[in-house]
Amino acid sequence: MAIIVTDKGFTTDDFASPVRPLAEIDQVQDGEGVEIGPADDPRALVGVLGQVGLIRVRFPAFNDGRGFSHARDLRSFGYTGRLRAVGHVLADQYAMARRVGFDEVEIDESLGARQPEDQWLARANWRDNWYQARLRA
Amino acid sequence: MYKYNEFDEAAVRSRVAQFRAQVQRRIDGSLTEDEFRPLRLMNGLYLQLHAYMLRIAVPYGTLNPAKMRQLATIAERWDKGYGHFTTRTNLQLNWPRLKDVPDMLEALADVGMHSIQTSGNCVRNVTADHFAGAAADEIEDPRPIAELIRQWSTDHPEFQFLPRKFKIGITGSPHDRAVIRSHDVGLRMVRNAAGEPGFEVYVGGGLGRTPMLAQVIRDFLPQADLLPYLEAILGAYNLKGRRDNKWKARIKITVFENGLDAFRADVEERFERLRSQWSGVDQDILAEIRPHFAPPAFRNAPVDSYEAFRAANPVFRAWTDTNLHEHKVDGYAIVSISLKKHGATPGDATSDQMRVMADLAEKYGHGDLRVSHEQNIILPHVHKSDLPAVWQALREAELATANIGLVSDIIACPGMDYCSLATARAIPIAQQIALRFDELKVEHEVGPLKIKISGCINACGHHHVGHIGILGLDKAGVENYQITLGGDGTETASIGEKMGPGFAASEIVGAIERLVLGYLEIRRDAEETFLECVRRVGLEPFRAFLYEQEETADAA
Repeated sequence: MAIIVTDKGFTTDDFASPVRPLAEIDQVQDGEGVEIGPADDPRALVGVLGQVGLIRVRFPAFNDGRGFSHARDLRSFGYTGRLRAVGHVLADQYAMARRVGFDEVEIDESLGARQPEDQWLARANWRDNWYQARLRA
Repeated sequence: MYKYNEFDEAAVRSRVAQFRAQVQRRIDGSLTEDEFRPLRLMNGLYLQLHAYMLRIAVPYGTLNPAKMRQLATIAERWDKGYGHFTTRTNLQLNWPRLKDVPDMLEALADVGMHSIQTSGNCVRNVTADHFAGAAADEIEDPRPIAELIRQWSTDHPEFQFLPRKFKIGITGSPHDRAVIRSHDVGLRMVRNAAGEPGFEVYVGGGLGRTPMLAQVIRDFLPQADLLPYLEAILGAYNLKGRRDNKWKARIKITVFENGLDAFRADVEERFERLRSQWSGVDQDILAEIRPHFAPPAFRNAPVDSYEAFRAANPVFRAWTDTNLHEHKVDGYAIVSISLKKHGATPGDATSDQMRVMADLAEKYGHGDLRVSHEQNIILPHVHKSDLPAVWQALREAELATANIGLVSDIIACPGMDYCSLATARAIPIAQQIALRFDELKVEHEVGPLKIKISGCINACGHHHVGHIGILGLDKAGVENYQITLGGDGTETASIGEKMGPGFAASEIVGAIERLVLGYLEIRRDAEETFLECVRRVGLEPFRAFLYEQEETADAA
C-alpha cells in the first residue's frame, strides 16, 4: 500500500475520489484528482484549478527534476489545493518538495522500507536554513 | 570579503550534518549507490580514476588569509599536502577518503567555506572577474551580486536536478576577464541611459563538444529583477532542456533547438508570473552584503624604492612586466602569482605555498586573495613599494615565475592523470610545452599568447577559447592531439577553428613550437599579438607551418 509522507511522518492515503490522467481533464468532476507527468504542461490545468481536490505530480526517477518546476508553476497559477509528489522521491528531497509547494509525498512500500520514517522526519524542518524564502520573503 | 552571518553559518553546518548522515546511510544501505551519487556530487565529491576527489567551492574566486591557511591545513591533514586550483576557481583535493570527507567539510565550515554545488546538475559556483574591486577599468564591483547569487542558488529546491550543470559568470568591467560568453548565463553589469544599474544578460554559452558563445537574451535587466529573472531562465531550462541525451542537455542546446526568440518568450512569461513573488527584500540583503566588499584603506606612499629596485634588477623587472596589472588606485598594483612554474602542474600549489601566499596577502595585500580561472592566484591590492619584498618571498617559495599571459601560462584540465572522463593526458603536455619554451627563451619576445589544453571533448581546459587550443583524444588507443587556432574568451570572444589532422603525444610540442616560431616570422611587428596576427592573415599560413614545413622545423 502507498505511503503518504507529511511533516508528521508516514500515513495512509485518505484521498478517496478518482484521480484522472491529464488526457481526461475534460471529464474531471468537482473534488476529483488529476495526475500529470514530467513531460506534461501544467498550463493545461489552469481552467480546473478551482475545482480539483488533488494534483498528483509523478516522479518516475528521482533525478528528473521537472516535477519541482511543475509544483512551483501550479502554485504560481494560483492553485492552493492539495499537491502531491508521487513516485521515486528520496527522503533527501523531501525539503525540496515542500519548499516548491508540495504538501506531501507518496512513495511505495519498498522505498519506505529502505528509507524509513525517521529519515523523512529528519527533513521535516524544511523551513530552516531556507535561503530562497529569506531572499523572497 | 563576505563574512558569514548566523544564517549562513547555520545553513552550512546543517548541510555538513546532512552529508555526514548521507555517508552513513550509504554505508547502511538506506541509499543505493545510484541514489547516493547525486547527493555526494552536490557536495563536491567525485569518484575519479584512482580515488575520490573533493572540489571545494571558492565563491567568485575570493579568499582571505584564514581561508587559504585552512585549505593548506585540510590538504595536509586529509590529503597529500597539495591542492589543484581549477578553471572554475575552485580547489580540488585528489586523494581524500570517503570517511574523512564529513570532517573535511566541518573544517571548511569553521572558516565559512563549503563544497556545496561544485558538482551535480545544479547551479555551480558562480565566477566573477578575478580583478574585481581592483581593476582600473571596472564600472562596478561584481562580488556583491555574485554573493547574492551564491545565497540564492544554494540548495535552491527547484534547481537541484536540472538536465545538466549550470554555470553563471559575472563581470563588472567592459574588459571581460570572466569569459562570460562561455557560460550558461553570463552577466555584464551596465547602466541604462538614466544611470540605473542593471545587467546585460547572455544565455546559452558553453564549451564542451558543441562550443557556443552565449547570446543576449535581455539588453537591460534592472538590478532588482535579477533573481526572479534567473529563476525564469532556470525554470524554462528545467522543463525544456533535453534529458534524453547527456551531450545535448546543456542550455546552449535548448536555446539552439528552440530558437532564442521562443526561449526568450518562455522566460519572459515565467518572469511576469514569478516577479510578484519577490517583495524586494533581496535588495535589502544585497545592501547588507555590499559593505563586506568595501575597498580597503589604501595607503598613499612614495614608489621611488620600487622604481629604483626595478631599474637595478632585471629579473624583478621581467616579473613586473608580466605579472602586474594596472590598479585603480595610484601607487598600487594587482599582482598575479603564477602557479605555472615551467615543468610544474598548472594550478597546483603545496600547503606551504598556500601559507606563503596567505602570509603575503596578510602583510602586504590588505588580506585579499583571488583565484583566477586561469589557475593563478591574485593579490589584488599591493602597494608598489612592497613589491620587492613580495617578489623575494615568492621567489623563495618558487612562486615568482614571470609568465602571466605568456606561452607557458597554460590552462590544462587534470586529464588522464586524474580524471575518469579523460581520453588523453593534458598536464604532461602543458609541462613539456612550458619547458620547451623556457629552453628556447622566446616567451617574452612572443608576448601574450593563451594556450589551453583539454584532455577530452568536455573541454574543461577551455581549449575552444585558447589562442592555441589543444584537445587530447583517443584514436584507437593512442593519444592524439588536435589543434584549434584563433579562440578568444574576452569581450572579442570567438571559438577556435580546427587546423587539421591531430598530432601524437611525441609530436605535439614540436607542432606548437612551429606555430609560435612561425608567428614570429610573419607578424607585422612586435606590437602585433599572436591572436591579432591570426585574425589578420587567417589560418592558411599557420597550416603551412604545421603541416608543410615539418622537416625544416625539425631540423631547426
